Amino acid sequence: MACEKGEGDVVLLDFWASPFGQRVRIALAEKGVAYEYREEDLANKSRMLLEMNPVHKKIPVLVHGGKPVCESLIIVQYIDEVWAHPNPLLPTEPYPRARARFWADFIDKKIYDCGTRLWKLKGEALQEAKKEMICILKLLEGELGDKKYFGGDAFGFVDVALVPFTSWFYTYETSAGFSVEEECPKLAAWAKRCAEERESVRKTLYDPQKIYEFVGLLKKKFGVE
Amino acid sequence: MAASGDEVKLLGAWASPYVIRVRIALELKEVSYEYLEQEIWENKSELLLKSNPVYKKVPVLIHKDRPICDSAIILQYIDEAWAGTGPSILPSDPYERAVALFWASYVTDTWLSTTKKIINASTEKEKAETVEQSLVGLSLLEEAYEKSFKGKPFFGGDNIGYLDIALGCFLGWLRALEKISGIKLIDRAKLPLLAEWAEHFGAVATVEKLIPKTDKLVEYYTKVHQPK
Repeated sequence: MACEKGEGDVVLLDFWASPFGQRVRIALAEKGVAYEYREEDLANKSRMLLEMNPVHKKIPVLVHGGKPVCESLIIVQYIDEVWAHPNPLLPTEPYPRARARFWADFIDKKIYDCGTRLWKLKGEALQEAKKEMICILKLLEGELGDKKYFGGDAFGFVDVALVPFTSWFYTYETSAGFSVEEECPKLAAWAKRCAEERESVRKTLYDPQKIYEFVGLLKKKFGVE
Repeated sequence: MAASGDEVKLLGAWASPYVIRVRIALELKEVSYEYLEQEIWENKSELLLKSNPVYKKVPVLIHKDRPICDSAIILQYIDEAWAGTGPSILPSDPYERAVALFWASYVTDTWLSTTKKIINASTEKEKAETVEQSLVGLSLLEEAYEKSFKGKPFFGGDNIGYLDIALGCFLGWLRALEKISGIKLIDRAKLPLLAEWAEHFGAVATVEKLIPKTDKLVEYYTKVHQPK
């Protein structure tokens, strides 16, 4: 492989707008891990990506010492184990760990797909998707409760799993006609807090307007009005 | 029953491969537990609805009165909560752990949905197509076995581990599929390593005890899919 640099090298194959990729970028930043970022053209995937993730051919892929780790939450957990300090992301006790994994998995199963329906669909289907998204966000708000972060006092695994989607909230709200702030004020406050207090989040997330424009391009590509 | 605080309950359904995953893990760790068979189609119990309000599904492990949901998450919990007892379920090396988690996720999220389509295929052509898709997935696992796990009887090495359990829990249903559709997916001619692995896995005492008899599964399938 042409890009072999030896032990300990960290390369991230990613796509700028991907919330899944952003999870990994945030985790690496929280841990202060130096890495090489490689932007992928998803219409023209690199040979490295196809070799490193032959099963799904998707980003993000973390390549550590030449060995690939795939699937964003698996990557984040891997990062948390290899670079345990500073800023451990998963709790130490088994039950809170299980709970964190459960909610991160919930976010994985629900947000992206429902969100996509919000900007792709119209009419009755859109209304259904909107109801579902509000439900999803309220469930998450329930789990957050009055805590500073999902992880408690410390920014953690579930926070990393969800925070990239906060820059998509504007797109979801505008497409479906609702307000996260109105429906889920605690969640909205949490999103602001993450951006204000975590440099990793500030440096990684894009302006919601930029995401909105990006989705505009996707809509054109998919022939959605 | 007096609540000792430490007790373990498992809400399950006998035919569910996901529940079998959890039972294998609990047996490996020699954890005593109370098994509570659940109605999973209608009339779900209060306990199930309370313990898994988000998905309302089995398995749910209840330990010290706290519920843990989702078989993959439960397996990791069991490995961590009983870290001192019995064999480890997940590998200790972070990279190997990531690999096991990746393949288990592939089995559950990708391979399983293509395989389920086989049983529901209505034409011979559809059947052939769905079988082909399922085999593509199994070939990837066969390749992975060749590359990363060869020379050992299990994905977990000398003993069964996370990925063995994640895939092996479907053995009963794969045998039932053979009886229902005449299709043997893990065929020795096409997938020699997986066929060998399936034999080893099926012969493990714990597994043999927990995988339901094929005839029972076929009977269950027929009943559930009876035209209404």
